[in-house]
Amino acid sequence: MITERVLTLGALAALGLVALAAHVADEPFTVTLATRAAIFALAAVGLNLALGLGGLVSLGHAVFFGLGGYAMGILAWHAQMYQPMRIGPLEIAGTQSMPAIWLVAVAVSGLAALLIGLLALRTAGVYFIMITLAFGQMFYFFAVSWPAYGGEDGLSIYVRNGFPGLNTLDPIQFFGLCFALLAAATGLVAGLRRAPFGLALNAARQAPERVRAAGIEPQRLRLAAFVVSGAITGLAGALFADLNRFVSPAMFSWQLSGEIMVFVILGGAGRLSGPVLGAAAFVAMEHWLGGIWEYWHILLGLLLLGVVLFARGGIAGLVTGRSHV
Amino acid sequence: MSAALIAEQVLNGLQSGVMLFLMAAGLTLVFGVMGLINLAHGSLYMVGAFVAASVAAATGSFLLALAAALAGAALAGAVVERVVIRRLYDRDHLDQVLATFALILIFSEGTRWIFGSFPLYLDVPPWLSGPVELPGGILYPRYRLALIGAGLAVAAGLGLLIGRTRTGIRIRAGENDREMIAALGIDIARLYTLVFALGAGLAGLAGALVGTIQSVQVGMGEPVLILAFVTIVIGGIGSIRGALAGALLVGLTDTLGGIVLPRALLLVTDPATAAATGAALASMAIYALMAAILVWRPTGLFGARPA
Repeated sequence: MITERVLTLGALAALGLVALAAHVADEPFTVTLATRAAIFALAAVGLNLALGLGGLVSLGHAVFFGLGGYAMGILAWHAQMYQPMRIGPLEIAGTQSMPAIWLVAVAVSGLAALLIGLLALRTAGVYFIMITLAFGQMFYFFAVSWPAYGGEDGLSIYVRNGFPGLNTLDPIQFFGLCFALLAAATGLVAGLRRAPFGLALNAARQAPERVRAAGIEPQRLRLAAFVVSGAITGLAGALFADLNRFVSPAMFSWQLSGEIMVFVILGGAGRLSGPVLGAAAFVAMEHWLGGIWEYWHILLGLLLLGVVLFARGGIAGLVTGRSHV
Repeated sequence: MSAALIAEQVLNGLQSGVMLFLMAAGLTLVFGVMGLINLAHGSLYMVGAFVAASVAAATGSFLLALAAALAGAALAGAVVERVVIRRLYDRDHLDQVLATFALILIFSEGTRWIFGSFPLYLDVPPWLSGPVELPGGILYPRYRLALIGAGLAVAAGLGLLIGRTRTGIRIRAGENDREMIAALGIDIARLYTLVFALGAGLAGLAGALVGTIQSVQVGMGEPVLILAFVTIVIGGIGSIRGALAGALLVGLTDTLGGIVLPRALLLVTDPATAAATGAALASMAIYALMAAILVWRPTGLFGARPA
């Protein structure tokens, strides 16, 4: 029997090997595809913490992805224009250093998750789904109508941001960075799941009354999970912006929220291996099916219907023969 | 800011509000009776608009196009309910979200496959085009006025259907206790198909009516769907009255926010900043309204209070 640990390590190793093999075979496009899969998987690791473990069906995670993206876009834009940001009396210089951008992306999206979570967690169930969706639209329309940073057209960054000691313009080195962050986030979530926090969160999803009776407030657990979840997805957004060297309001779109959810469900909700499996399968399909048939979203829709109606554990469920952990 | 401009914006707000109600009514009925969250409701709106554009192009008759939009969307709704949706009633909301998200992908790409990516246009019929002079000398498009009238008429008709007819009694009974009405010998599966088709038909009608003032294109349904979600969250999920109140509130906030906020900001900052910031804030106004109402009443204006 395949354990969750083996499956997760196997999926991560496979993704890394695909990128390495493509690098050796001198196929930079495939390396870029693997990078895309790693970044989407990182976004899904974030959502999976809220959705799979916490039971919070957020249809607005593109908010955090987009905030991470704009954190990169705005900081790098100010750096490339040699024009400091002015917030009241403060003057802040932009930066093209990845670690600094990542910190800002994580902080901003975590703060947004805290504010959205405080409001949205007043509700539950179907209200929560609709409210997270509506917050996504709110950020989307704000990004479209706010003219300072490109508005509807978005922002282009001419040179990929730098990381000390690495040449980030080399596809395999940038993949390595994204992959390391994905592995670290997966490790963090694996640790959280085993920690008292994760156990209580999981229990709060299944039997909130019992958790409350044990003296733990489920809402605080959920809020904490939502914040960590948003911060991880925000980090993925910053990487995605660096991959494309472009940010636009589309990063806030509800379709993107839906797709992040599809990665999680396709791979297997609540499974540690789910995000990597789901995101890799999605990027592979996008590439292969999209190359064969322009309207491949129809096939994706049918596949998703099939997974929801007949194979509820996703890919991880099919491989291990169990739909739940 | 002149009184005529305000009156015109209030009418615009009413017009988008009643159209939003046609969308929200179906969503809230389906949620109230079957407990289903349906993301594909916007696809049925799109189906209605495309059917109307095709029929209008073929026959030249606007009324025939409207009837076809209603019937076509209702039929599409009935088929989707029989094939997919009814398997979801016993599932949790996550499964419902995913399956109906999958339906959006299939509907949108299918429509793009059949009709292509270019928008279609539906023309306002000659007998509804041109402006009308309202009391006070305000000129207002006749078609938009007709939309307000049509929307209010449908709202009244729906109120009668739910409140006064036998079918309506069954629908309301279905909201309260589905096992009980099944035990009374009512075919619950047929009732569900009927409710879903009714909601789909209203969405299709709204798509055709609004498609005339905007363009008919793939993806037109989702922005409206999300506004309809905001509407029923504000009004209280499951409540038709709440959907009407929420729709009018959202419609008025959206249009009035667009003219009031930039002008209000003019008092504190220079014109260029006021225009840009005002437009950005106005686009967020309805979501701020929703957040405020949720803080005040987490289950919406007319929603059931939690036990």
